Amino acid sequence: MADTAAKPSAPPAIRLSGISKSFGSVRANRDIDLTVRKASIHGIVGENGAGKSTLMSILYGFYQADSGTIEVGGDKVSIPHSQAAIDLGIGMVHQHFMLVHNFTVLENIMLGAEGAALLSGGIARARAELKQIEKDYQLEVDPDALIEDLPVGLQQRVEILKALYRGADILILDEPTGVLTPAEADHLFRILQRLREEGKTVILITHKLREIMAVTDMVSVMRQGQIVDTVPTAQTSVEAIAEKMVGRRVLLRVDKKPSKPGPVKLSVRDLTVVDSRNVPMVKNVGLDIRAGEIVGIAGVAGNGQSHLIETIAGIRQPTLGSVELNGEKLDYKTLDPASLRDEGLAHVPEDRHHMGLVLPFEENENAILGYHNNPAFGNGPFLSISAIRDHARERIEQYDIRPPDCRLKTANFSGGNQQKIVLAREMERDPDVLLIGQPTRGVDVGAIEFIHRRIVEMRDAGKAILLVSVELDEIRALSDRILVMFDGKIVGERGAEATEGELGLLMAGIAQSDSEVHAVPDPAMVDIAPGQAPAETQIPGERP
Amino acid sequence: MDFNSTLLILDSTLRLSTPLLLAALAGLYSERAGIFDIGLEGKMLAAAFAAGAGASVTGSAYAGLLLGVLVSIIFGLVHGFASITARGNQIVSGVALNFVAAGATVLLGQAWFGQGGRTPQLSTDQRFLGSEPGFAAELRDIPILGPIFSELVLGHSLLVYIAFIMVPLTWWILFRTRFGLRLRAVGENPAAVDTAGISVTALRYEAVIICGALCGVAGTYLAISQSGGFNNNMTAGKGYIALAALIFAKWKPVPVMFACLLFGFLDASAIRLQGAELPLIGRVPVQFIQALPYILTVVLLAGFIGRAEPPRAGGVPYTKER
Repeated sequence: MADTAAKPSAPPAIRLSGISKSFGSVRANRDIDLTVRKASIHGIVGENGAGKSTLMSILYGFYQADSGTIEVGGDKVSIPHSQAAIDLGIGMVHQHFMLVHNFTVLENIMLGAEGAALLSGGIARARAELKQIEKDYQLEVDPDALIEDLPVGLQQRVEILKALYRGADILILDEPTGVLTPAEADHLFRILQRLREEGKTVILITHKLREIMAVTDMVSVMRQGQIVDTVPTAQTSVEAIAEKMVGRRVLLRVDKKPSKPGPVKLSVRDLTVVDSRNVPMVKNVGLDIRAGEIVGIAGVAGNGQSHLIETIAGIRQPTLGSVELNGEKLDYKTLDPASLRDEGLAHVPEDRHHMGLVLPFEENENAILGYHNNPAFGNGPFLSISAIRDHARERIEQYDIRPPDCRLKTANFSGGNQQKIVLAREMERDPDVLLIGQPTRGVDVGAIEFIHRRIVEMRDAGKAILLVSVELDEIRALSDRILVMFDGKIVGERGAEATEGELGLLMAGIAQSDSEVHAVPDPAMVDIAPGQAPAETQIPGERP
Repeated sequence: MDFNSTLLILDSTLRLSTPLLLAALAGLYSERAGIFDIGLEGKMLAAAFAAGAGASVTGSAYAGLLLGVLVSIIFGLVHGFASITARGNQIVSGVALNFVAAGATVLLGQAWFGQGGRTPQLSTDQRFLGSEPGFAAELRDIPILGPIFSELVLGHSLLVYIAFIMVPLTWWILFRTRFGLRLRAVGENPAAVDTAGISVTALRYEAVIICGALCGVAGTYLAISQSGGFNNNMTAGKGYIALAALIFAKWKPVPVMFACLLFGFLDASAIRLQGAELPLIGRVPVQFIQALPYILTVVLLAGFIGRAEPPRAGGVPYTKER
């Protein structure tokens, strides 16, 4: 090592001084100083757009800083491209995996580190070396499996292996748990701890505060391109970090009064839905939602929640069963999502990029999507641009959408603000029933608070709300009643006071289920034959 | 159909599928790297002209080949600049190059040679023609195997052998070398290549150059091997047929060869069947036979080959995203 000077402690793994980076007029990073100790797990938290990813991309040679210096292991270095970072022992696990979907695990790991011009020798060597790494860090994965056949948790493992194979001593993980189930996330944390024991340095970028508390040694908080604080994790709290992230006090609990349920607004009976392969995804589900209550559906992703909410919203066709809105049976053969909206059933889709928004459109155009036939926005085939923009400006103000520019391309808004655009659109028309899927996926803390408050306000205004979320905390914070879905069935109903452990067991299909629970006792309950094809649902949980 | 005419059809199948095969393999390198290339046609045409003109001016077939390949590579680099460096639309760039080639070849041909856009008729020593080795004549006397060997295997032009050797070679490059691994990766997920510390730009330019070189050989074959000089629009859609064969074969080298052989076979039978009486149907119009390869292409592509999934990053310029 270069610095042989008598220093009491080893040089830090990484020391950044005065790093600044601008994209056009946006200053993504401003004068950042950051020191990361060797063999530690260092968390970097901040809201979306705070500049976390930019900072790490500079460290990985994806971008070049406008100014500032980088030291790795005590030596001043320049990192003009990713290869330089790899040579310095820096590895990165990106938020969106950098894997080739139709390559095998081994091919992905070798890519860029093949050894020689011909693959034959390299393959054998890589296989042997991979075995060793797998053993050292307990990261088993079949080297000959195709990436596209692996669940996301294992794909992420391949990314980690890729970095280790290249001899990474410093591992950067960018929002690693966004796609993982709680069990997979826990497993990841155990891997990270194991890496730390082996002397590796881990930098964990996230906006989930619980993860920071669970696994890091030090935490740095970023806000608006700057690092506002770096503290040992043991000496801080979730509340303190959240406050620093947002710059003001944040209410992490949702404040709400007990619900005053009114008449039944939405009633689902014996609903069965099959997917395109004819596999039943929703099996004989019944539930009632009353005015003025929030019913939460908990469950590990892929257990039928998406199909249930999309069927009620009219996007999928039910195979069997019926849905009543305000006491009237909905005929899905003739109704489409647009006419359902007219009937007072609004839907905030789970995946806003895929279903909720047209990202290349301007904000004001997205703000009327699905309501574009409304006479307020036009005359016959012609749109009234000025009315649409006025309307958008009003919503921007009401929902505090930032930046307040209705001409901006929707893709350029942060996740939280995109979600607000969708919510504003669906809530403003005063629907009787609101279906909400994953309201805060990829949304930062400040916006979560706002969105939760809005949802509770809708409830208090007497709306019936069906909430689907894979975030158990969110379900527990918002719901008046909680239904748990597993393998297409509702396996239990609990009150808002249910513990995480209790719900977790139901979600995993382990706990004593109340066997074929109907959310509301239904005298007219008729048993239908279960689907013919075997269910192929499985919990994408931890693997042995 | 008797044995000899079957052999003749198969023989001309080989000759007619050669330019298709070269062009389809050219497209394979480019598209596997994520650069869609609808300009195979234009590159072939430009190369055919360059080869015809070069061979007639210098008197050497090899000089013609060199010029053909060179011009085609230049066209490829223009396409590369438009789609890799300038991040333009790859279809637009390809179509534009096709038009440039169609127009420029005739214009320059008329200006330089004054024969209505054609290049002067080449003598046999200025062309790539097949020559049978001495023992071919002896082989011919062996029943069945003799004629098969001497008709089908021997006596083709050098470029035919190059085309068919390129098939296993391409497979080997693609699946057994570092370059091939990276080439396939960059067509599927260039970000993965970039973060692995490999230059996406350099890889894609290399692919475009290989594509240009192979199209150059294809064009050269048309002008100075199959014919004795360049003719107006002598590619006649072969670039598009090659593209269809490439999709038909799902971007895999060996299936590409069989697809090209199929199209070549249809072409060869079309020539044979002109004016022939078929049982039950009677005399088939020449135009129908000539249209058959194209009809087959449409039918095959429209539904008989299943889902052809192109390289995922194909057609998309690579930019580092924030």
